[in-house]
Amino acid sequence: MKTESRLEKVLASGALAVTSECGPPRGALPEKVKEKAGMLRGWVDAINVTDNQTAMVRMSSWAAGILIKQIGLDPVLQMVTRDRNRLAIQADIIGAYSLGINTMLCLSGDHPKFGDHPMAANVHDIDSVQLIQMVVKMRDEGKFQGGKDIDHPPKMFVGAAANPFADPFELRVMRLAKKVKAGVDFIQTQCIYNLDKFETWMDGVRQRGLHEKVYILAGITPMKTAGMARYMKNRVPGMDVPDAVVKRMESVPKEQQPEEGIRIAVESIQRLKEVAGVAGFHIMAIEWEEKVPEIVEKAGLLPRPEL
Amino acid sequence: MITAVRKPMEEIIACVSPYDRILLVGCNECVSVCSAGGRKEVALLSSALQMHFLKQGKTMEAREMTLERQCDPEYVEELVNSIDGADAVLSMACGCGVQTIAARFREKPVFPAVNTTFMGASERQGVWSERCQGCGDCVLGITGGICPIARCSKRLLNGPCGGSTKGKCEIDANVDCAWQLIWDRLKALGLEKRIEDVIEAKDWRTSRDGGPRKIIREDLAS
Repeated sequence: MKTESRLEKVLASGALAVTSECGPPRGALPEKVKEKAGMLRGWVDAINVTDNQTAMVRMSSWAAGILIKQIGLDPVLQMVTRDRNRLAIQADIIGAYSLGINTMLCLSGDHPKFGDHPMAANVHDIDSVQLIQMVVKMRDEGKFQGGKDIDHPPKMFVGAAANPFADPFELRVMRLAKKVKAGVDFIQTQCIYNLDKFETWMDGVRQRGLHEKVYILAGITPMKTAGMARYMKNRVPGMDVPDAVVKRMESVPKEQQPEEGIRIAVESIQRLKEVAGVAGFHIMAIEWEEKVPEIVEKAGLLPRPEL
Repeated sequence: MITAVRKPMEEIIACVSPYDRILLVGCNECVSVCSAGGRKEVALLSSALQMHFLKQGKTMEAREMTLERQCDPEYVEELVNSIDGADAVLSMACGCGVQTIAARFREKPVFPAVNTTFMGASERQGVWSERCQGCGDCVLGITGGICPIARCSKRLLNGPCGGSTKGKCEIDANVDCAWQLIWDRLKALGLEKRIEDVIEAKDWRTSRDGGPRKIIREDLAS
């Protein structure tokens, strides 16, 4: 075991892991974090805490992560390279680890253009691959990115994202390979609606043996409405929602659409469980956290392992 | 102008050594003015490379051409007749010129022979300093004609910081404190009061932060 991370232990045990996410509030509302995360207790192994997601200011991911830790749950600290340079990132990693956070996710982050501070300068001192290298170096060599020794290095279980659906498709496996080369431990993928394409990507991943070097958690986001399906299809960059999925959501009356969305999510998990190399699921129920237990239960992912 | 300095010889040699025939292309604009990649520098680099490879027992054919403006497709077109006779292009223009060649001749390797450095002005013979970062929303009108974004190490808009010492910047005693310069100039203009105006947080969208930039002049575009 490289770390004390609960997620690492679950994955190493060979069980399918389940993670979910919790977007911190847009204000000083600690109870809101605890309430959202509390809904996931017993249903998931770890909870991602997003970092200024969609480039909107929110409670910092490490602060919200600590609130989650305080109620006895396991946060996955998301960190984007958009808002901080390598000094701030390393400082935050040490701080978070000092307060018990041992799992993180390395991202570049959405461009400020998409958020409510489009006038902000973006930092991008390093990118997501370099962030992985940096955290791994801190853990395995006990050194800062600049080369000096760390007194008591933080031991993070290191994750990253992968989008099997972005263009050019032929580069998608290679980009994962690059993150593996950088030392990443686990991957959480973009939301999967085009299962055929995901399976094609996984074929490529297995051909290169990458599934034996990194744990891949398949991303699942239940859709609430047909409108959301259309929005994801047409407006969200890098998202692949096949027409059949939109039609299926449209084919049921509005009041039954949430139920249909859950059904699609559950069916997707059931199919993806059979894909060799899938080590678990990352269920991102955006502002719909209360539905995570139902999805986990119906998808047959219970009980969560006791460690 | 856009300034540049020639890359170290070893780096240039490593790039071109797999090839027998290179086309060495200079630019008559900025890099010529800052003596990094004009006709003269092209000739010097060409002989230096040929000498180096001759010592290694290899004949390196280096054809020299200096274009009027390497960032302009119209002039890059002049390479058409010479390109087939070369295995690779070594460009002495700024990054804009290198990319214009790469875009025109997709299957020909292109290497930069200079490091594009900054947008600057000539201080005196042989000395150039950074003056502009192309932020897309010029503040020179309120900062006394001295740019704090290009010339303050922290790009402070409400400087100087506590590190200003005897007119110099805390990072290096050879670097002028931009805010000392701004202050001196505001005084000369009788605009001392302006230093207390709080300059609001900048909108960086017009800079590189907003993504790669483009200018389209409807009145000129074809």
